[in-house]
Amino acid sequence: MDKRFFLKRSLAIGGVFVLLVAVNAVSAGFVGFNPLKVLADIPGGIVWMAQNFMPSVAAFEKIDTILISLGKTVLLSVASSCIAAVFAYLCAVIGSREAGLGGPFPLIIRGIASVFRNIPVVAWAFILMFSFKQSEFTGFLALFLGTFGYLTRCFLESIDEVAGGSVEALRATGAGFAPIVTQAIIPMSITAVVSWTLYMIETNIRDATLIGILTGAGIGALFDVYYKSFRYDLAALVILCIVVAVIACEAISNYVRRQII
Amino acid sequence: MEARNLLQIEKLGKDYSSKSKALTDVTLSLPRGQFVSVIGSSGAGKSTLLRCINRLIDPNAGSIVFDGKDVAGMGRRELRQVRRRISMIFQHYNLVYRSTSIENVLQGRLGYKSTIAGVLGLYSEEEKERAFTILDQLGLAEFAYTRTDQLSGGQKQRVGIARALLQDPLLILADEPIASLDPKASQMIMEHLRWAVDTLGITCLVNLHQVDYAIEFSDRILALKKGHLVFDGTPDELDARAISDIYGTPYVEERAVRGGLFENLEEEVLATVGAA
Repeated sequence: MDKRFFLKRSLAIGGVFVLLVAVNAVSAGFVGFNPLKVLADIPGGIVWMAQNFMPSVAAFEKIDTILISLGKTVLLSVASSCIAAVFAYLCAVIGSREAGLGGPFPLIIRGIASVFRNIPVVAWAFILMFSFKQSEFTGFLALFLGTFGYLTRCFLESIDEVAGGSVEALRATGAGFAPIVTQAIIPMSITAVVSWTLYMIETNIRDATLIGILTGAGIGALFDVYYKSFRYDLAALVILCIVVAVIACEAISNYVRRQII
Repeated sequence: MEARNLLQIEKLGKDYSSKSKALTDVTLSLPRGQFVSVIGSSGAGKSTLLRCINRLIDPNAGSIVFDGKDVAGMGRRELRQVRRRISMIFQHYNLVYRSTSIENVLQGRLGYKSTIAGVLGLYSEEEKERAFTILDQLGLAEFAYTRTDQLSGGQKQRVGIARALLQDPLLILADEPIASLDPKASQMIMEHLRWAVDTLGITCLVNLHQVDYAIEFSDRILALKKGHLVFDGTPDELDARAISDIYGTPYVEERAVRGGLFENLEEEVLATVGAA
């Protein structure tokens, strides 16, 4: 047994730890970040939040305005996710390595998906605001494009994972591409597709709030207005409603997922 | 035409990259109604050979003539017509697991359908009746409406065979059909394939890892080694020396060969080869 082996390993782990601390210290010093001061400030921050960020009784008078906005945002997310899912699925079927048309398609589709996926939704919103101004459509488009990129990638992986064998079998029977899609690829991948789409709806409700602040529409815009006019009680109520909506959505999609397996 | 061989392969070659050759100069012919096994180590080119015949893999060299038609050179449309008469059975069954048995069996007819009928999954009453009859013949009548992901391995493979038979094939290509099955299910699957050869006159080309099954069920055995066809003969001719040659393991004791004691021979060889 080589005792130095264990010694070396301990030294290596210790060295990495020291290095991490050093990097942290240098970067914190550079931006003037003082961890101790932050720790000391936390209790005060919490107290302030508890005092101001509390939905008051008066705030509930505005609940109908809030719920209407929230409803719009939720529906926008659902619509953008579902339409993006349709386009993403078409692209994924064509571009799938195992099942698709082959040739240059896998590379092209992957490239397109990658571009849309790697531009953050917020960046899309900024870009699109120049062309489409502040409107709900801008928000819809931003969510659509981000979701399209992400779902295309997910669907590609799902199809390649589940459909390869059955596609090969149907190809061997002499079936053409279109029947293979409807008879094998769709049935084999439909659960994954529904599952991913539900996940994107959840994510998009969260993102839509942020996008709404930028595009001046939906629940995000409402929050922005209340927040900037120092109506923290209303802003808090908005956040509470969003949290409830997101949790409800997650519960529903979990239920649906369990049912379709 | 009918008197000619069902399948005639000449100097078939396939390489996946410039360095590795999967198949080299494979020449063989299959008559109608013969049970032919292909043995050889993993990576010897068995799967490649089968997939070249229905062009799931495109060969680089040589010719494949199936039922009088040159498969190697034909276009997509013609190829789909030829594939209708060549069924395939897979090690991992390759069923649509979210569909029922009967739906999977009917998919064997997709090659005969128009695009619209295929897309919508519209099958004639006659096709449905035949599908039920075949399921019944394979002992799966009660599982017709069962989703295939709930079947056992042996049952899944029987659905695979039913799908293959509904194609009205002249040739069945079976790629390791029993490699994932227990001995009882394996025996049953091999018996069904043998039955297809004997009663329906279909030719079966079966890749096998299990030499004992190949000897028990085949009319003829082929062996591939590093992409070359190194053996083509009856099960009787496949002696211990031939087997050790094929698998590249040391020659087993000669006494095992004498007297044609096959049980003995197999045990000896399998023990050495580790193929069981």
